[in-house]
Amino acid sequence: MIGTNVPRKEGIPKVTGAALYIDDMVFDELLHGATIRSTVPHGTLVDVHFEGDLPWDEFVVVRASDVPGDNVVTMIESDQPFLADGRIMHAGEAVVLIAHADKDLVARARKHVRLEITPLEPVLSIADSVAKKATLYAKDNAFKRFLVEKGSTKDAFKADGLTIVEGEYTTGAQEQLYIEPNGMVAIASEKEGVTIWGSLQCPYYVHKALVPLFGLGADNVRIVQATTGGGFGGKEEFPSIIAGHAALLSWKAGGKPVKLIYDRAEDMWVTTKRHPSITRHKTAIDAKGKLVAMEVDFRIDGGAYATLSSVVLSRGTIHACGPYACPNQRITAAAMATNHPPHGAFRGFGAPQSIFGLERHLDRCAAAVGLTPDEFRRRNLLKPGQTTATHQVIEEKIDLPAMLDLALKRSDWAKKREAFEVENAKEGARIKRGIGLASFFHGSGFTGSGEVYLASVVGVRARQGGTIEILASSTEIGQGTNTIFAQIASEALNIPYEWIQIANPDTANVPDSGPTVASRTCMVVGKLVERGCRQLVDALRKGGFLAGDGYDAKQFARACDAYIFRHGKLEATTTYTPPPGVEWDEKRYRGSAYAAYGWAVYVAEVSVDMLTWEARVEHFTAVQDIGKVIHPVLAAGQVEGGVTQGIGFALYEDVVWRDGSMINNQMTNYIIPTAADVPPIDVVFHEVPFAHGPSGAKGVGELPMDGPAPAILNAIEHATGLSITSLPAAPEVIMAAALKNAAEATHG
Amino acid sequence: MRAYVPGYEMLAPKALDEALGLLAASPETLTPIAGGTDLMVLFECGRLPEGRYLSLWQLDELRGIDITDEFVTLGALTTYRDVRDHPLLQAEFPMLCAAAAESGAIAIQNRGTLGGNIINASPAADSPPALLAYDAEIELVKKGGARWVPYRGFHLDYKVMDKEPGELLRRVRLPRRKDEASWTHFYRKVGTRRYQAISKVCFAGLAQLDSKGAIKVVRIGLASVAPTVLAAVETETALIGQTPSAKLAAQARAAMAKDVTPIDDIRSTAEYRRHVSINLAGAFVDTLSG
Ligand SMILES: Cc1cc2nc3c(=O)[nH]c(=O)nc-3n(C[C@H](O)[C@H](O)[C@H](O)COP(=O)(O)OP(=O)(O)OC[C@H]3O[C@@H](n4cnc5c(N)ncnc54)[C@H](O)[C@@H]3O)c2cc1C
Repeated sequence: MIGTNVPRKEGIPKVTGAALYIDDMVFDELLHGATIRSTVPHGTLVDVHFEGDLPWDEFVVVRASDVPGDNVVTMIESDQPFLADGRIMHAGEAVVLIAHADKDLVARARKHVRLEITPLEPVLSIADSVAKKATLYAKDNAFKRFLVEKGSTKDAFKADGLTIVEGEYTTGAQEQLYIEPNGMVAIASEKEGVTIWGSLQCPYYVHKALVPLFGLGADNVRIVQATTGGGFGGKEEFPSIIAGHAALLSWKAGGKPVKLIYDRAEDMWVTTKRHPSITRHKTAIDAKGKLVAMEVDFRIDGGAYATLSSVVLSRGTIHACGPYACPNQRITAAAMATNHPPHGAFRGFGAPQSIFGLERHLDRCAAAVGLTPDEFRRRNLLKPGQTTATHQVIEEKIDLPAMLDLALKRSDWAKKREAFEVENAKEGARIKRGIGLASFFHGSGFTGSGEVYLASVVGVRARQGGTIEILASSTEIGQGTNTIFAQIASEALNIPYEWIQIANPDTANVPDSGPTVASRTCMVVGKLVERGCRQLVDALRKGGFLAGDGYDAKQFARACDAYIFRHGKLEATTTYTPPPGVEWDEKRYRGSAYAAYGWAVYVAEVSVDMLTWEARVEHFTAVQDIGKVIHPVLAAGQVEGGVTQGIGFALYEDVVWRDGSMINNQMTNYIIPTAADVPPIDVVFHEVPFAHGPSGAKGVGELPMDGPAPAILNAIEHATGLSITSLPAAPEVIMAAALKNAAEATHG
Repeated sequence: MRAYVPGYEMLAPKALDEALGLLAASPETLTPIAGGTDLMVLFECGRLPEGRYLSLWQLDELRGIDITDEFVTLGALTTYRDVRDHPLLQAEFPMLCAAAAESGAIAIQNRGTLGGNIINASPAADSPPALLAYDAEIELVKKGGARWVPYRGFHLDYKVMDKEPGELLRRVRLPRRKDEASWTHFYRKVGTRRYQAISKVCFAGLAQLDSKGAIKVVRIGLASVAPTVLAAVETETALIGQTPSAKLAAQARAAMAKDVTPIDDIRSTAEYRRHVSINLAGAFVDTLSG
C-alpha cells in the first residue's frame, strides 16, 4: 500500500463537482457580509460615515464596540484586533462589517461606507522600521530577534590567507494564490454558540481565536472545514479573522447565517503573503576551498502585527547556513514591524528567503576561490556526525555528495556547462544559456520543542465490518492528506485502502492533531495514525480476537465485530512523543532544531533573450531525499508544483506596493507562471527511510519551494555574467544589471 | 463580484438595422458589448458604469471573413479563434495570426473579438500593431451612413478615437499583397509570461525589399509604448529606400528612440519599454539583412 499510486480519496467528488466548497453551501435565511477597510497604511480612526441612498436600517452593521468578548486575534501575541478601533495599522485593515440578505445591495453599499482617518507617518520598509521612522511595536520595532552561534566567527575572520566574500540578497512578498479565495459561513448566537464552516488549514487555530472573541466555553465553539481549494500557508492564520468577522455579523443578526466570501482582489489585497527579506552574508574561505566562518544577518518584514512572524523568522534563521559544515557560524535575525498588512505563512515559512541568500552567495564564494559551484559545495556539504549551525549532530544516514553527483549526472551538468560557455562567447549570441544549482535542506515538522508543546492527538475508530475511521484535524487542502493517511492506516492494519475513511475535520468530532503546516502532516501526524492503528491491532490481539501472527482482512473484520459486540466500541488514541535524543535549548537556540530534514540538490537550466532580457527555465532537475515515498504520484506532484511556485518566486511574482497596499491585486497583473512557462521537471527521489516517520517517511511539501530561486539565478549568472541578487529576476531587473555592466565596461 | 447587478440593462437586437436604430436613439448612453472580455473584467471588479448595454453577439452582419482579390475583410465579431485558424490569414497575414494565438488563452480566444480589441483602445492591445503593419482600414457604421477610414490615424489619444458616439465598428479590411516571398514579417510580443500576458511591448514590422535589396515598403506598429498603439513613423522614414546593414540597424534604433514615449506602470517601466522597442527595431533590420 505504501509506495503505490492509489486513487485519491476525495478525487471523484472533486472531479465530478460534487465536493462542496464554502461558497457552494446553501443556508436558509442567509445574509451576505462585506468588510469595510482602511485604505490608509497608518492613522487614527475619527469617524465612520454611512452614505448614499441606501436602506442602512436594514443592514447588520458591526464595529469594534459590538464585540462581545476580547477584540484580539489570539495567536502567539495578542496585539491584533478583529476590528480596528482608534489606531489603523495597515491598509486593508478591517474597521466595519456589514451584511444584508440582498447580495447586490451589499456590493453597492460597501462603496458607500466612508472611513474618516487622520493619517500618520507610515513605515513601509525594513530599513525604515530599523531606523524607527515611527514606533510600531515595542521599543525597537522588532517582533522577535534570534542569535545562533557556533564557534567564534570573530576570531576566525582574523586568520591569514582567507578569502572574504560579502553580499546582500533581497526577496519580495509573494502571494500564495490558492485557487479558491478565502471564505467562511457562521451561525452564532448567545443561545446556540458559534459554528463556522470554511476554507481553512487549521481548524483548532480558528477555534482558539474564536473562544475569547465571544467569551464562550470551548465546547460552544465548533469549526468545520469545508472542501478547501488550496492553502500553501495562506489559510493557516488569516481564516481566524474571517471566521471571527462572519460570526460577529451572525451574532449581531440574532443567529442568522452569514456568508463572507472574498473575491480575488480583496484576498490579494488584505490576506497574508510571504515575508519580504534582506539577508547579508560575510563568509571566510580557506585555501582548500573550505568554509571557515559564516556570518549571516537575516531580516524580514513582519507587517503591522506580530502574527506568526516570530516562527517564520525562526525557520528562516535555522536554515540560513544550510547543509554545510563550518566550524564558526553566527546568525543574527530580526522580524521587523511595518505598516504592511501582516505577512504570514507560505510554503517554506522563511526558509526560501534565507536559502535564496545563502545559495546565491555560495556561487559567488565559489567564484572568488576559483572553484566551480558544484566542486565548492562538494567540499563543504555536511556529513553524518557533523553539526549544523544550531549544533545539531547529523544522525540521519545521508550522503549529500552522492545526491549532488546524481543531480549533476541527471542534468548533464558538466557537458552543458561547457557547451553553453562556448555558445555564449560567440559574437552576437542573442540567446544566452546557463545552468545553476542549489543544495539545501528543510526541517520537517515544528521547530525545536514545538511538537512537544503541540502534543498532537489522533484517534482511530473501528466500525462494524472492519472499516476504519481516522480522526485528525489535519486538513485535506489539495495536497493528499486523506489519501496518505488511508495508505498508512491500510498498511499498518493490513486491510484494503477502501476500508479506511477519514473523518471530516470538525472540532466537535476530531481531536487536535495540530495545524496542517510545516510538512508535519505526513511525518508527525501520519506516524500517529500508524501508531493508533497498531494499538488497535494490539487491543484485538490482547483480547484474543485475533490469533497468531498473520491475519487477512476478513479475519480482521470478524475480530472488529466481535470486539465491538463485547465492548461496545473499538477505538485508539495516540499522542505525540518525540524521538529519543531530540533536545532543544530555546534560550540559546541550540540543539535538535528538527527531528529530521529533507535534503535536496536542484539544477536549473535557463535561457536569457538578450533583446528583451526575458529569462526562461528550459529544464529542471530535482533530486531529493524525503525518506520513504508514500505515494509517488502525489509526491512528484508536490515537487512539480513547488518548483513551479519557485519559478514564479524567481522570475515573475512581484507584489507592487503603493502607500502600503498591493496595487497589482489581480491575476492579470500579478504574474505567476502558467503551464507554458514550466519546463520539463525531472523528479528524482533518493529514498533514505527515517526511523521515526511512518514507514520511514519525512516531509516533502516545503522542500521544492526552497531551491528553485537560487538555482535559477545562479544559472542566469552563468548565462549572462550578471549577478542578480534580488527576487524576482524580472526582465527589468536583468536589463538594469546588463546596462550597468555595459556602462562600467565602457568607462573602465 | 463588486457590481450592483440590478443597475445594468442589456439589449440584444437580432439585426444590424435594429441595433443602429437603438444606438441612434441614445448614442451617448448605450454602450456596445461584443465578447465582453474587456467589459466583464470591469464589471467583476465594480468599475463598469451602471446603465444600458447593447449586445452585438447576435448580429450576423458583423461576422465572417470575406476574400476578394484585393482584400481580406473581417467582421468586427471575428474572434481570435477565427483568425488564428484561418489558412489564408496564416499565409498572408501571419502576424495577425500570431497576435491572435498569443492573446489571452483558449477561452478568451473563443470569445474576444477583433472589433472589441480595436474599440477598447487599450495602448497595450495585441492585434493593432499587426493591423498597422498591414495597413488595415476599418468601416464605421451608424444609422443612415457608413464610412471607411484608414486604421492608421484612428487612435487620436489615450482612449480617444476618430469615432462618433453611436457609431459601430462593422468590419476591418486588409489589402492583399503580391509576391509574398519578397516580404518580411517580424512580430514579437513581449509579455514576460508566455500566455495570458498583457504586453509590455508588442512589435509588428513588415517590409518589402526591391530587386536591388533596398527597402521598398516598411510599416511598423507597436503597442504599450505610447498613449495609443503606435505607428513608428520616424523609424519607417529612416528605413525607407535604404539597404539593410549594421549601420542601418543603428539608425533604426536611434529613430525608434524618438518614436516611443513609454511610461512606468504596474506592469513594467518606461526604461524597459524604451530599450526593448529599440532592440526590436535593430533586430528587425538585422532580419532584413539576412
Ligand atoms: C484573461 C484575459 C486575457 C486577455 N488577453 C489579452 C491579450 O493577450 N491581448 C489583448 O490584446 N487583449 C487581451 N485581453 C483583452 C480582450 O480579450 C481583448 O481586448 C478582446 O479583443 C476584446 O474583445 P471583446 O469582444 O471581448 O470586447 P468587449 O469587452 O465586448 O468590448 C470592448 C470595448 O469595445 C467596444 N466594442 C466592442 N465591439 C464593438 C463594435 N463592433 N463597435 C463598437 N464598439 C465595440 C465595447 O463597447 C467596449 O468598449 C484579455 C482579456 C482577458 C479577460
